[in-house]
Amino acid sequence: MLHVMIRAVPGDPASIMLGPRASAEQREELRHRMRLDEPAHVQLGVYFGNLARGDMGTDVVSGRQVTTIVGEQVPHTLTLIFASIAWAVILGIPLGCYSAVRRNTLIDRITGVLSVSVIAIPSFVMALYSLLIFAVALKWLPATGIGDEGFLERARYLILPAFAVGVSWVGYIARVVRASMLEVLGETHVRMNRAFGLPEWRIVFRYALPLAILPTVTLLGVGMAYLLSAAVFAEVVFARPGVGALIVEAVGSRNYPVVMGCVVVTTGLFVVATALADIINALLDPRAREGL
Amino acid sequence: MSATETTMTDGVAPGEEPGALKQFWRNLRGEPLGLIGLVLVLLLVLSAIFAPWIVPYNPNEILVGERLAAPSAAHWMGTDQLGRDVLSRVIMGGRVALLVALASLGAALSIGLLLGLLAGFGPRWLDNGLLLIFDAVRSFPVIIFALALVALLGPSLYSVIFVVAVTSIPIYARIVRTQTLAMRNNEFILAERAMGAGMARILGVHVLPNVLGPLLILASMDVPLIITLEAGLSFLGMGVRPPTPSWGTILNDGYSYIRNSPWPVIFGGLPIVLATLGFTFMGEALRDIFDPKLKRDL
Repeated sequence: MLHVMIRAVPGDPASIMLGPRASAEQREELRHRMRLDEPAHVQLGVYFGNLARGDMGTDVVSGRQVTTIVGEQVPHTLTLIFASIAWAVILGIPLGCYSAVRRNTLIDRITGVLSVSVIAIPSFVMALYSLLIFAVALKWLPATGIGDEGFLERARYLILPAFAVGVSWVGYIARVVRASMLEVLGETHVRMNRAFGLPEWRIVFRYALPLAILPTVTLLGVGMAYLLSAAVFAEVVFARPGVGALIVEAVGSRNYPVVMGCVVVTTGLFVVATALADIINALLDPRAREGL
Repeated sequence: MSATETTMTDGVAPGEEPGALKQFWRNLRGEPLGLIGLVLVLLLVLSAIFAPWIVPYNPNEILVGERLAAPSAAHWMGTDQLGRDVLSRVIMGGRVALLVALASLGAALSIGLLLGLLAGFGPRWLDNGLLLIFDAVRSFPVIIFALALVALLGPSLYSVIFVVAVTSIPIYARIVRTQTLAMRNNEFILAERAMGAGMARILGVHVLPNVLGPLLILASMDVPLIITLEAGLSFLGMGVRPPTPSWGTILNDGYSYIRNSPWPVIFGGLPIVLATLGFTFMGEALRDIFDPKLKRDL
């Protein structure tokens, strides 16, 4: 798909990459090396053939393998995404439970409004503001980079970016948990538990919650696209390595093979995440299995 | 498919019956957030329209002696690293944001509408082909897709508009398609057909008005996403080119000096937050009032 677009856009990638001062021979040479002198369908075939063998071409600037370059960055991005999901879940599920159990109280209302508004705030503004508040003004946490070796050190650097990415999701998850919690709490088996005289907290946490968090799992799969986008900005703002930082840099330097590599990898991550969420959901909830 | 039945019962887009405006006001008063949203949006639109007359300084004028100044009576939002007045840049930036939103929404809506009608009313193979393209475009995370497109087109205001339009066309086209499909075998359409009406008449006179209402409400809810995308791309240096003021470029400029002076970042982010909140609240209120069944899955 991207290949088609590269072809469709006027201008020759080779001359863009070499700059206006390159000689005609240099341009020809690069065109040949990138197989740009061959017809489009051959190029496409070659690209997908190489892709299937795990070869995404070479970086035009450093001459390294794109697969290696992108591969090095994936763990950083995944760590960030998982940490931000953790933030969202840790804050979102209790908030959702509370709102469902104590319906229409002040806190429930505030959560409702906040969840709508926090979703609307762009993640990069969130990242900049949290950088400003917690790192620059309060100096609680380090501002940029990922820190030196060592788990605790790394984790300290991870807290703030993960918070910035995950916080938009707190409200989202709280809302979903609240809605499904209300549904579950109205069901007969919960009423049965009440009739048995079980304490309310036990009903909520032992019997209702495991059912109520099911929808959030699918949500996490769908939200992967959002999290990936937010991670791009978080990586740039907090100067962390990762696929997002890589693609931004590659776009800036018009490093097409690297851009392509990043697009392929992120899209792959997205697809895998969605599929995983479906599978996990099916494992947790027998009712969903038929639809799979 | 709750969205499919909506228009059939509602008939022509609401707001056309007599007294509808009064009714609308009464409903809006019941939605305090919607009212806040409306006020914010109006403020933004007005300031964008009258921007050249209300800015206190020329947004690109460089005051060498007053670099990175804190807010003061002369510069309400302080100045940036070149000594440009941030308030003036914020106001002019609102113009850019709305311009991008209007242009790209206009393009996306009209093309999406056309493709959606074609997919919904045309032959099966066309429908399948169009759906495949829609899904291909939507399968990329938006920002990644946008970055890839910018890599090809080069960063500029027009690239941003193009990117936003391309990524939103599939959304609208899909909605129009489902609505059209649902109406296709409706009795009044069949009757019209039996009377020998051409496709243009059926689509233009009967399908279009019924599809347009919900589409416009959804579009108003997408404005925050567009503003976010424009500001985000500009923040990354992939959108509007300097020196044109955009909320994103203000943040980008301010980010480099965040330790010396936080003001450009604070005041560059604020309008983005207010604008997205305003459009979200307004959109949700509009939806609840006009078309409660239109709720997307959260």
